Amino acid sequence: MATPDRRKPSPARSGRSRAIAGRAGSAAAAAVPARLEVRKTYKLYIGGAFPRTESGRSYLVSAADGTPLANACRASRKDLRDAVRAARKAFPDWSGKAAMNRGQVLYRVAELMEGRREQFAAEVSVAEGLAPAAARVVVDRAIDRWVWYAGWADKIGQVLGSSNPVAAPYFNFTIPEPTGVVGVVAPETSSLLGLVSRLAPPLVTGNTVVLIASERRPLPAVTLTEVLATSDVPGGVVNVLTGRKAELIPVLAAHSDVDALDTWGVPDELRLETEQSAAEDIKRLLRRPTTVNEARFDWLNDRIAERPEWIAAFLEMKTVWHPIGG
Amino acid sequence: MTAMATETDRRMVPAVDRAPSSWGLGDGQAIPWEYAPAPESADIVTIKERYGLFIDGREVAASDGGVFATVNPATEGILAHVAKATAADADKAVKAARRAQTRRWGNLSGKERAKYLFRIARILQERSREFAVLESMDSGKPIKESRDVDVPLAAAHFWYYAGWADKLDYAFPGRVARPLGVAAQIIPWNFPLLMLSWKIAPALAAGNTVVLKPASTTPLSALLFADVCRQADLPPGVVNIVTGPGEIGMSLVTHPGIDKVAFTGSTEIGKRIARGVAGTDKALTLELGGKAANIVFDDAPLDQAVEGIVNGIYFNQGEVCCAGSRLLAQESIVEPLIAKLKDRLATIRVGDPLDKNTDVGAINSKSQLEKITELVASGVAEGAELYQPACELPDRGYFFRPTLFTNVAQSHRIAREEIFGPVLSVLTFRTPDEAVEKANNTVYGLSAGIWTDKGSRILEMVGKMRAGVVWANTFNRFDPTSPFGGYKESGFGREGGLHGLLAYVRLEDR
Repeated sequence: MATPDRRKPSPARSGRSRAIAGRAGSAAAAAVPARLEVRKTYKLYIGGAFPRTESGRSYLVSAADGTPLANACRASRKDLRDAVRAARKAFPDWSGKAAMNRGQVLYRVAELMEGRREQFAAEVSVAEGLAPAAARVVVDRAIDRWVWYAGWADKIGQVLGSSNPVAAPYFNFTIPEPTGVVGVVAPETSSLLGLVSRLAPPLVTGNTVVLIASERRPLPAVTLTEVLATSDVPGGVVNVLTGRKAELIPVLAAHSDVDALDTWGVPDELRLETEQSAAEDIKRLLRRPTTVNEARFDWLNDRIAERPEWIAAFLEMKTVWHPIGG
Repeated sequence: MTAMATETDRRMVPAVDRAPSSWGLGDGQAIPWEYAPAPESADIVTIKERYGLFIDGREVAASDGGVFATVNPATEGILAHVAKATAADADKAVKAARRAQTRRWGNLSGKERAKYLFRIARILQERSREFAVLESMDSGKPIKESRDVDVPLAAAHFWYYAGWADKLDYAFPGRVARPLGVAAQIIPWNFPLLMLSWKIAPALAAGNTVVLKPASTTPLSALLFADVCRQADLPPGVVNIVTGPGEIGMSLVTHPGIDKVAFTGSTEIGKRIARGVAGTDKALTLELGGKAANIVFDDAPLDQAVEGIVNGIYFNQGEVCCAGSRLLAQESIVEPLIAKLKDRLATIRVGDPLDKNTDVGAINSKSQLEKITELVASGVAEGAELYQPACELPDRGYFFRPTLFTNVAQSHRIAREEIFGPVLSVLTFRTPDEAVEKANNTVYGLSAGIWTDKGSRILEMVGKMRAGVVWANTFNRFDPTSPFGGYKESGFGREGGLHGLLAYVRLEDR
């Protein structure tokens, strides 16, 4: 695994944006500023809009070094249900788009991320405690990963579909179709690259997603929603919640309008309960192997982190029989 | 478009003993001729009094000596006593499978594995009538079906996957396909040998070994298959068969020595099994229940559609997970369609599964008959209109008349619940959108049928069905090369074809 060098980030050296500057009491805020910065409010992303949590709750997000950064929404059960409803509503249109069009829409996400490289790098640096150079490597890889997955949109059907030589006069073929609404529990450690690596695979084939962001490092995910909102990805296709995983995952796993779960970011202590709950309505599961330590997974390694199997996990195979002959 | 289908279907039409109304003799009038009995001889099978478990290549008694009876559902007579496996036996079987996988089968070259599977396919073909008769006796299905569908397809499944065993390098681009290890496979009673072949053939081709648990009412064809394994000189422990109640299946599912669980059966048990593998790294495929819609548009060739509807719901007594149990008929053709269907029902011959003329045999078990009876009663109670042809049923055995319900609402239990019997619920629609809405209005998503003369409409409907198998102008076709499996609560994973192989491999980087 490639371990970027870590050092204690400081506002000056990490070059992080004003938007996430320290709160009162931190070194940066102690001096009287020439101009008072305008801070960003970090909100949820549901149905293409940026609501605050209906619960009115928030939690304090800190940098890797403990510096307080911002208040993030602590999403509720109701927020999650709203997100599932938005995702369900967006499914027919998104899954109905031509594959090449969907690929272009996702490619544009990469284009827009490219324009915000510095902002993402600053946020990732602070959130994950990475040196600026290492953070830039992570961000660049996240952008490239969007590009890699976007290109699969109009190819995966040819790789995974088949025509089947049945022993009777029928034309028989198998085509992949998106499963529906996919719940993604994003990795806890890799706040942007890990997130993108889990989000892109279900999206590229036309699934819509309800994503629970990293609990301790949610801010890059929120910034990504700002990219999504200004891209051509229709509202509701991606919905992002921040908050307590232990509170949100059971609701997601038990929700009967969620068709599949990516449990990569489910904490080990919630794994059993989550999978048992998902069994109640035969949800499809993409499970992180128990042998893989989430915090140690090397998202920078394309060989293990770019996998068509993760796309396939959220596809249903449909087989069609059509008679031959007049 | 469908001449071949018609020709195929026509072979299934028995001569009538009651006149269709189109003959002008009056609805359901008896025609003055009768079929002579045409029984298939049971002599070809020697059923032993007792059968043991098949573990590590040997037939062994259950660890506590327990046995249970398996019954011929057409006569209610006991066919044999079969060992009732204990958890200790399941453990023994898993350990035997592990030894065989690590020491022998997993290291064998693909070419050698392929030859074993080809051998098995050949032996199944050679002994096909023996299997067909035994299957019909133990399960109640008509000999016509076991002989022409179940056994040939089972052999074909081994044949198909045999050829994959030495071609795994070409199956999954960019990946090396490795066996998962030991598979626990639990199969139902509706297609005992066929489901065995769907499970064992791809597993063995990919280098896995298996512990198979047949359904408790239909253990005999699996135990005869044990003899095929011996004849094929299959190394001991590669295939292990443990017979017994459902708990034995669960003790396999939760056994720590299992790498893969494959289950075909009810959605209810499927959920228990999914809970059983939660928190582990065991791979899982589930092929569960269904409540398929068979959609007939007003431009469909009606006579052909009638054959498809009959084949869809009365094939194998309707004890088929993908059965077309909901007929969705466009309103403008409901009346002629139902009239033709009732005519056709009058010609269906219910009775002795071993009679070569029988179309609908015995229901698999007393408890299944009770379940069907209860659901049909609920249909009547909820206000649907019942129609059954006036056929005579044998005095003994578990039989049920082919049943047709009209005036069915989507909220009725007979429109929502899987009956697993010869019971068709007729609903109607006006527009294609309404047909889609109703067809998908179920927790299941295994299969669907579409009957129309218009090709572009077929493909549009195909795209809108949330179902894993869609039959256009045909129904209940199966083939080893054709992936089969469900959407939604009908399960996940596919059996058959390249996709069926994927369910038994671990993909590694090259």
